[in-house]
Amino acid sequence: MRDVELVAVTKRYGSALAVDGIDLAIPEGSYTCLLGPSGCGKTSTLRMIAGHEMVSEGEILLAGRNVTTLPPAQRGTAMMFQSYALFPHLSARDNVAFGLRMRGVAKAERLRRADEFLDLVHLGPLADRLPAQLSGGQQQRVALARALITEPRVLLLDEPLSALDPFLRAKMREELKRLQRELGISFIHVTHSQEEAMALADLAVVMDHGRIVQAAPPRQIFERPASAFVARFIGGHNVLARGAQAISIRTDRCRLDDGAEGPRHHGHVRAVEYLGAAMRIVVVAEDGTEAEAMLPDSTPPIALGEAATLTWNAADEHALAA
Amino acid sequence: MPGRLGRMLLTVLFVAFVLFLYGPTLTIIVLSFQGENGGLTFPMNGVSVHWFGRLFEQQAVGDFGASISRSLLLAAMVTATTVVVSLAAGMAFRRRFPGSAWLFYLTIASLILPSLLVGLGIGLAFNRAEIDTNWWSSAFGAQLTWTLPFGLLIMLAVFNRFDRAWEEAARDLGASPWKSFWHVVLPIVAPSVIGIALFGFTLSFDEFARTLLTAGVDNTLPLEILGMTTTVTTPVLYALGTASTALSFAVIGVALLALWRAKARREAR
Repeated sequence: MRDVELVAVTKRYGSALAVDGIDLAIPEGSYTCLLGPSGCGKTSTLRMIAGHEMVSEGEILLAGRNVTTLPPAQRGTAMMFQSYALFPHLSARDNVAFGLRMRGVAKAERLRRADEFLDLVHLGPLADRLPAQLSGGQQQRVALARALITEPRVLLLDEPLSALDPFLRAKMREELKRLQRELGISFIHVTHSQEEAMALADLAVVMDHGRIVQAAPPRQIFERPASAFVARFIGGHNVLARGAQAISIRTDRCRLDDGAEGPRHHGHVRAVEYLGAAMRIVVVAEDGTEAEAMLPDSTPPIALGEAATLTWNAADEHALAA
Repeated sequence: MPGRLGRMLLTVLFVAFVLFLYGPTLTIIVLSFQGENGGLTFPMNGVSVHWFGRLFEQQAVGDFGASISRSLLLAAMVTATTVVVSLAAGMAFRRRFPGSAWLFYLTIASLILPSLLVGLGIGLAFNRAEIDTNWWSSAFGAQLTWTLPFGLLIMLAVFNRFDRAWEEAARDLGASPWKSFWHVVLPIVAPSVIGIALFGFTLSFDEFARTLLTAGVDNTLPLEILGMTTTVTTPVLYALGTASTALSFAVIGVALLALWRAKARREAR
């Protein structure tokens, strides 16, 4: 059984094509990240699954049921908005209880359930606060509890971590993954951060110009990017030409010339960045092609402008589709 | 930071401004407590509340009681209509619809047109159609040409800052459009709606130029006062001014109190 299935889904805004006939199958109880640069159609796709955007063409199936024309609340999805969209006039508890209130659950019962879900996101003690009295991270937990209380089969998250500071982001990332595993439902998470997708996703869906360019587990995407776009977008790769053929080589597989056999990239050093665990250098060739390498932090210092040659094993090269 | 001299000049300017703004009103309030034998001007001939008592008696010329009730009722009608229509229009104007730009300019135009001309036009139109002008029909409409554009402009500003995701979240959680309006939109914009109500009330209560030629035979309070300034020669007029000012402040005070209590109740939960 698949939790979500998109069949040739297209979205047009007037004459502009936002999503161009995409097909996608999301397995049951999985964590999926829709990943891509801004304007790639990932948010439109999420909003169409949620039912907040009508599909121009194609069909959306949830757990085998065609929901293409159903209103959001009848789909079995719940959405967490980028701005959180907490109701500013309601306390955290009333915000979380809102979905049950709309379903006519009696007051005592729905407040009890709301407290349970607030405990689930570790916010029990702050149940009486108004959203304005909560920090960004706390507001996000309320939004999460509010979406989960409707017991959705699929939780849709629109850039959920983008408003948080880096420390909180990493923590919240773990928390999302933990919740997804514990609840056993599917999460679909829109992000423009490849790091987030790598860390979270069972299935990463890379999108560009309204199309899916690669949908695979993160490891597969990183080891075998489908195109130069994917290789560049997920980072950690050099994209170089081999005659007519484009190849990618991971920057952590590149090293300074040590005399061993292998392809080479000659040039001079344009940037040196000490990153703690590693050192990143960028080498620009005569013809302007750039390649970078992640070197061990034990590498002896290199000066800017110095001549340098990168090398790697030919077996580590990955041929890219045109 | 301005220098000493600059700061002194600014202080003088500010005091002059405040005097200019409130001086006349204060003069009238002081004079309304004129003694029983006092006249329309200073000096005060004793102090009394005699003229406030006289407000409720039969006047030689003019009728306070009836004109005040008319003005209050009219203000209530105008307030209710302004609130409902501008809230609905504010919601509608969030998305473009055929003719929305024209409708907007048309609405704003009635704010720019000279008020006296608007009144004259409405009066003439009723006249041509051989319908009697009345405070509750033609004057009601004339006042709406004043309060509705104001209400709409405020609502546009409010909805400009309104996060659409709130409504989407409500829909996502199973609210019907009506429930989402009632439980989410209305509580969030409520302070502005109360503001529009206050605004509409005060605009209507002392509206003059548009009402002058549209009120028909029965006067509203401002028209009655105008009529009396030329004929009444006692401080009862000042007492009326003080009483109606107090009424306006009372309305605003009650509204602020209601807002404050609603906020306190929400935070107490």
